[in-house]
Amino acid sequence: MHEFLLVGATFLACLVEMVEALTIVLAVGATRGWRSALYGTYTAVAVLAALVVTLGPRLASLPIGSLRLVIGGLLVVFGLGWLRKAILRASRLKAFHDEQSIFEEQEREAREMTRSSSAVDWYSFTVAFKGVLLEGLEVAFIVVTFGGAQHSVGLASAAAAAAAVVVLVAGLVARRPLVRVPENTLKFCVGVMLVTFGIFWASEGAGIKWPGGDTALVPLLAYVAVASLLMVRLLRRTRPLDRPREVPA
Amino acid sequence: MKYVKQFVLFCWDFVVGDDWRLAGGAVAGIALTFLLAHLGRNAWWLLPVLIIAALALSVGMVARRSRPRPSQAQAADATRQSRQHHG
Repeated sequence: MHEFLLVGATFLACLVEMVEALTIVLAVGATRGWRSALYGTYTAVAVLAALVVTLGPRLASLPIGSLRLVIGGLLVVFGLGWLRKAILRASRLKAFHDEQSIFEEQEREAREMTRSSSAVDWYSFTVAFKGVLLEGLEVAFIVVTFGGAQHSVGLASAAAAAAAVVVLVAGLVARRPLVRVPENTLKFCVGVMLVTFGIFWASEGAGIKWPGGDTALVPLLAYVAVASLLMVRLLRRTRPLDRPREVPA
Repeated sequence: MKYVKQFVLFCWDFVVGDDWRLAGGAVAGIALTFLLAHLGRNAWWLLPVLIIAALALSVGMVARRSRPRPSQAQAADATRQSRQHHG
């Protein structure tokens, strides 16, 4: 049960973040050439992998009680951020992430920048590196915390790598941003899973014994999901503005 | 010093996100659960209730802020009515 949810949450989180990173790399690569954009992407992936490889085993060697208290707390706080955004977007109180407009904006900026005479186009390298690193940091965080608390960093990393391959292949086939991916629904699911696991582990780490042991995760997951859906339903009744006030993140 | 400050701000934004009160509520809930557990109370229900309450409050505040104020709504209605008259 734990493993199934662990793989599911990491796979979905990585899928969403990689779609966003792909948009940036595609825009820069298509406008200024692929070589430097791909160098930037590879470097960012290497940095992220080094982070997971360095931090993952160290976390796994800590005592499980305190580890679950700290990681559970971090997952609750981090997951609440994802869930809050997803609820606000689903309720139309916050603008949706628009991959097409982000792609066009990146493309325009890339065209306006002057090209350097060196072999590596540093603008492409930096933009691709920054995009992949920043989007991938959230995935690395989930892999390290989720995998660390469950002592399955390898499994979480494999799920993240599988999602990255899926997005990469889809991106290579489409050669344009993946606008049809239901990003907010995926973020909502990931947020629900992160908050559920966070509550479960933080409570256990604090010294709580769950009724039914690990099986308590199922009703807890249902509770968080139903409560979040109910919030969306209630918020949709609130008359929204013509344009959402919050700036998309 | 500038880079340290920027790094700390980045970490804060990365983990805490848009609403620090939501994160504060979660930390307070965990601390309360820890305290009760160490006083011999198995309050397993406490954290789920507090977390959902904090989330509801946070999104509720955004909804309240996005609702047009009565004076704004009245002004918008008045403009619409005057346009209908002239149009």
